[in-house]
Parts: sequence; structure tokens; C-alpha cells
Amino acid sequence: MSRQANRGTESKKMSSELFTLTYGALVTQLCKDYENDEDVNKQLDKILFSYFLPRGYNIGVRLIEDFLARSNVGRCHDFRETADVIAKVAFKMYLGITPSITNWSPAGDEFSLILENNPLVDFVELPDNHSSLIYSNLLCGVLRGALEMVQMAVEAKFVQDTLKGDGVTEIRMRFIRRIEDNLPAGEE
Amino acid sequence: MADAALFEFLHMEMVAELWAHHSDPGPGGQKMSLSVLEGMGFRVGQALGERLPQETLAFREELDVLKFLCKDLWVAVFQKQMDSLRTNHQGTYVLQDNSFPLLIRMASGPQYLEEAPKFLAFTCGLLRGTLSTLGIKSLVTASVASLPTCKFQVVIQKT
Repeated sequence: MSRQANRGTESKKMSSELFTLTYGALVTQLCKDYENDEDVNKQLDKILFSYFLPRGYNIGVRLIEDFLARSNVGRCHDFRETADVIAKVAFKMYLGITPSITNWSPAGDEFSLILENNPLVDFVELPDNHSSLIYSNLLCGVLRGALEMVQMAVEAKFVQDTLKGDGVTEIRMRFIRRIEDNLPAGEE
Repeated sequence: MADAALFEFLHMEMVAELWAHHSDPGPGGQKMSLSVLEGMGFRVGQALGERLPQETLAFREELDVLKFLCKDLWVAVFQKQMDSLRTNHQGTYVLQDNSFPLLIRMASGPQYLEEAPKFLAFTCGLLRGTLSTLGIKSLVTASVASLPTCKFQVVIQKT
């Protein structure tokens, strides 16, 4: 980080915008890649949707190492602990925000993360007519990839989005199963 | 506010695209390429430049701008300063980073030198874009003699 106190906040601000700006530039570029192809253009949202999920997954797979090295959190014993770590440590560390955790399913295998805004789009202008789905899927991919590396198969999806006019942005997380090595089965 | 690591990982994914397209061209027009990466870096560099506070824009001379890139911009983007800046005082500058963060994750050794340009294209564009916002037109190229040290060559274009 910058050593000069008066430059400190500027540096941090630019550093954090770098990711969102780059993400935005990538999306803009992808839209350009396809704008000449009429058939493809109709499918653009679907294409971009499927583009970002595996990319997010790859990022998540690497991000988890960075996270574990920097955060000193221990192994989570259940999905509730996992939810806490995701919201209060991971989101705070990487995006500077702390979503709230709500809407637990009775079985304790699903919960929602509520954010006031879609965290990826502060400085991005959405290309005309394209839904915010494309932005959402990167984050869903990251969550999936990261959790898979700690032996959890999960599904993540945006069920509400401020970009689409909803009051909040809501990510629904669903635990599918533990990815086993030697742990005894039948923890349900 | 996004952590710097997110950019690093996203950048890695974008560079990985270059290999993906070589092996399996998909639908669509322009593929990911070095010039596309550079172009994206340029737009991001411009946007970053636009977010600089006014007092930083009052540079006395060209060398001050380059020093700004080496210190403030580099710290903001890569959490470290450029390691050296040289110039011929005739519009050419060589900026050297002895441990460029986007190259660090690659193993050192000659067998990866060929791949290094892919990891530098975006950053060349970034430099060119920020310079552009500061009113300076330039050509920026990069070279790697041995990982993870790299040099960025900035040649000012007189209009």
C-alpha cells in the first residue's frame, strides 16, 4: 500500500476500481465480439451467462488459497459457519462489504446473502439491453469454485438484483453435498 | 471496494483465453488476442486516469508524469513501486519492475519466456491509457529477459 498518508486513500480507491473496471472492459469486449453476428446477438445473454460461470469457477479455485492464507479461518464444521465466513470474512476482504445472512431453509442447507447493491457494477456501464445476469454469474462461479476446493458442492444464484429493479440484491446459496475423501458418510 | 487479488485472478483468466482460442475457436468475431488485451488495458487505464484528483494533473513536465506512473499508479495497481526509470531525455523511457506481480506466479526459467508477452499486454495498454488521459500520446511495449523482471518501454509520440 502507498506509504504516503495523503495518497493512501487514492491508491486504495484506484486499486479497488481496477477489478470492476477490468471486468466491465471484458464484458464490453465480449459484447463487441458478437455484435456482428445476428443470430449470436440474440443469444448474447445466454452466451455471456455461460461464459462467466466457468471463468468465475477458475477464479474461485485460485482465490480460496489466497483467502485461506490471508484470513486464518479454520475448517468450517457446518453450513452455518460457512455462511458466516463467506459473509463476514470473504466478502469483506475481497469486496469490502458484509452481506447479511437470511432465509435459512428448515433443513439448514440453503440461505440467502442480501446485499444493498450488486457489488460488481459500481463503475460499470451495462451495455444496452443486456441483463445483469452476465455480471452475476462471475460471482456465482467464484463461490462455487472456492467452496468446491474446501470439499463443498454448492449452487449459487442471484434471485434478486438491484440492477433489475429489485430492492436488494440476493444471492441464494444451496448446499448440495460434501465432496468426500475419508469422512464418514451420512452426516444428515 | 474490490481487493487487488481479484484483479490478478481475473487477469489470469483473460490471458488463459489466449490459449483457449488457439486450440478451439468458438463462435463470434474477434478473438482474444494480444491487441485486444492491450485495448482493454488502454480503456481501463483511461478510466483510472480520469479518477485522479485534480492536483495530480498539474505536472510540470513529462518526466514528472512518468515518475507518477512509476510511483503512484504502480502502487495503486500493483502495491509496489516500479524499481527503476531511465530515459534518454528525448521522449523514450524504460520502466523496470524486478518482480512484476503478474509474472510472479509463473515459474522463472527460459521455457516460459515465450508466454510472458501475454501477461504484459494488458498492462502496456494500462500505461498507454493513463498517459492518454494525462494528455500524452505514447507507444508502450514490454520485454522480459528473465522472469519475473520486465521492462516497459514508453515512447512519447509527438503529434
